[in-house]
Amino acid sequence: MNPELMQSGAKRLAAYQEKLTQSTVVNTAAGGSVSLGRPHQSGELDLVHGRILYLEDVSVSFDGFKAINKLSLDIAPGELRCVIGPNGAGKTTMMDIITGKTRPDEGLIYFGSTINLLKHTEPEIAAMGIGRKFQKPTVFEKLSVFENLELALKTHKDVRSSLFFRLDSEQSDRLSEVLHTIKLVDHIHHTAGNLSHGQKQWLEIGMLLMQEPRVLLLDEPVAGMTDEETARTAELLLQLKGKHCLIVVEHDMKFIEAISDIVTVLCDGAVLAQGPLAKVAADERVIESYLGR
Amino acid sequence: MNQQPSPQLLPYQSASLLSVNGWRGFIVALIVICVIAPVSNVWVPENSPFHLSDYAVALIGKIMCYAICALAMDLVWGIAGVLSLGHGLFFALGGYMMGMYLMRQIGRDGNYHSDLPDFMVFLDWKALPWHWTLSDSFIATLFLIVLVPGLLALVFGFFAFRSRIKGVYFSIITQALTFAAMLLFFRNETGFGGNNGFTDFKRILNIPIATQSMRMMLFVLTGMCLLGCFLMARYIVQSKYGRVLQAIRDAENRVMFCGYSTLQYKLSIWTLSAVMCGVAGALYVPQVGIINPSEMSPANSIEIAIWTAVGGRGTLIGPIIGAFLVNGAKSWLTVVAPSIWLYFLGLLFIAVTLYLPGGVIGLIKKLTGSRA
Repeated sequence: MNPELMQSGAKRLAAYQEKLTQSTVVNTAAGGSVSLGRPHQSGELDLVHGRILYLEDVSVSFDGFKAINKLSLDIAPGELRCVIGPNGAGKTTMMDIITGKTRPDEGLIYFGSTINLLKHTEPEIAAMGIGRKFQKPTVFEKLSVFENLELALKTHKDVRSSLFFRLDSEQSDRLSEVLHTIKLVDHIHHTAGNLSHGQKQWLEIGMLLMQEPRVLLLDEPVAGMTDEETARTAELLLQLKGKHCLIVVEHDMKFIEAISDIVTVLCDGAVLAQGPLAKVAADERVIESYLGR
Repeated sequence: MNQQPSPQLLPYQSASLLSVNGWRGFIVALIVICVIAPVSNVWVPENSPFHLSDYAVALIGKIMCYAICALAMDLVWGIAGVLSLGHGLFFALGGYMMGMYLMRQIGRDGNYHSDLPDFMVFLDWKALPWHWTLSDSFIATLFLIVLVPGLLALVFGFFAFRSRIKGVYFSIITQALTFAAMLLFFRNETGFGGNNGFTDFKRILNIPIATQSMRMMLFVLTGMCLLGCFLMARYIVQSKYGRVLQAIRDAENRVMFCGYSTLQYKLSIWTLSAVMCGVAGALYVPQVGIINPSEMSPANSIEIAIWTAVGGRGTLIGPIIGAFLVNGAKSWLTVVAPSIWLYFLGLLFIAVTLYLPGGVIGLIKKLTGSRA
């Protein structure tokens, strides 16, 4: 066991303890630190082992091309993980696999310690709390910021509930909390179609937050943003870190520098290097394949 | 980092059904339909300038039926973004259900003095076909008016929406549906009077139908139905359900990604819209005194879409205004210059599509907006 691994384990444990005190973790039946002989609750998110997402030896190939080649990844609750890599390294495919859009040919994917994501469909995975933001912002252009968030609210979504839906005070608080987080309070009644590109991206992140996700996958969140918007997005993601687990795929190295703890470099469908940005950026292989000299 | 959220920022309750001015307008419309129109038609002497002629009552009553259709079209097209070019079918089906009842009410007063409707005697039929079983009961007829268009829309919509048929493909299929139904109803064997349809009605609920007071009754009933449908549509649009529909119109995949079953939503509004058209048709038939398969012709369904577009899609009040404007122009132009009506209608549709995407309501908003 090397010191790096021990360090990261300690960090996770600390993060997990924090979670427990905040009592946001579902798994209270596990009896906190007691980890032996506790009942296995299937379908319930189990974070006792300090990981929220776990991929092991995942491979997928499209027409003989290995898009993902024995990829293993291990992500802690509340972590902000950046994933970088050259085009075609398999970053988007990795997200597709986690969200259930693409089925891997082999490998294991666990959400918490007990939920096997391979057994669930795309909508089920989304409902369990893995949200994904696509590259292009897709907000409801004709509706206001408020209405956009209201639609994304985690609640009953059948016709009858919607027909008689009234925002209760708890939901209203939640909505205004998210509005503050994404800094769109001043735009609450503006039509989403009139927002700037950056604001639309934040609104979409806000819509994901309304669904109270545990893991957020963000695909190039700052693509096409101005420097100022990029800085604000970094601020936003840092604010979300800890409450949600974030996985960010991005090419903008300045942005990565601003937000990253641990950076994972993907290349040819496998992890090339992993660690703090400074260390990764100094790695010969990373420079060779991605950053350039 | 730690801003305290301010909950009072958000509206806990959604806005009221209509604005203050909206309610005023609504009350005025209600009074005009229920009090002023009957008084000026029945009691004001004919030579007075305040007299409402029987012709005008018949015309406005008819247009109010059309306005219900336009409103139904607006819910499904303007709000949910599903363009139907087959709504005339649901209108006609409601009309046929009412027509069957009215045919049975003729009793033995027909030309052949038989228990069977005249066209059946003419075809030498000895007994009523099975689908006429319930036609002598008014209560059953009321149910059929809702159920027949509703069930057809439900089944058709289920398969169409489940197969993710969208946009122009959906429109074409609805057009084909109404055309197929028209061909079916043209046949004598179908048992709906073939190309002559039903006419020569005598009574409704055993009360003579061709009297002034009965016409006025139907007029008031239609008007109240229109106002009721409008309020219901307002409620739908202001509910979260309405906002989900609008979101489906703009980005259906995103709505699904938010966890909504868009099939449920589209199917429910589609069925409701069809039922509204069926009710409009049932009110229409006793007022105009005839129903035949030409009501199912594709052109009629397209006209409903034109009224909606002219008035302003997605505004609810717009399509009602559109129905009045276009049909008013129609009844005037077909008298003054009958040959140019269809050209006018075509030009109107092109002009509205090109220059007035928001319809009349959009134009008004633009004018008042620029003045303010």
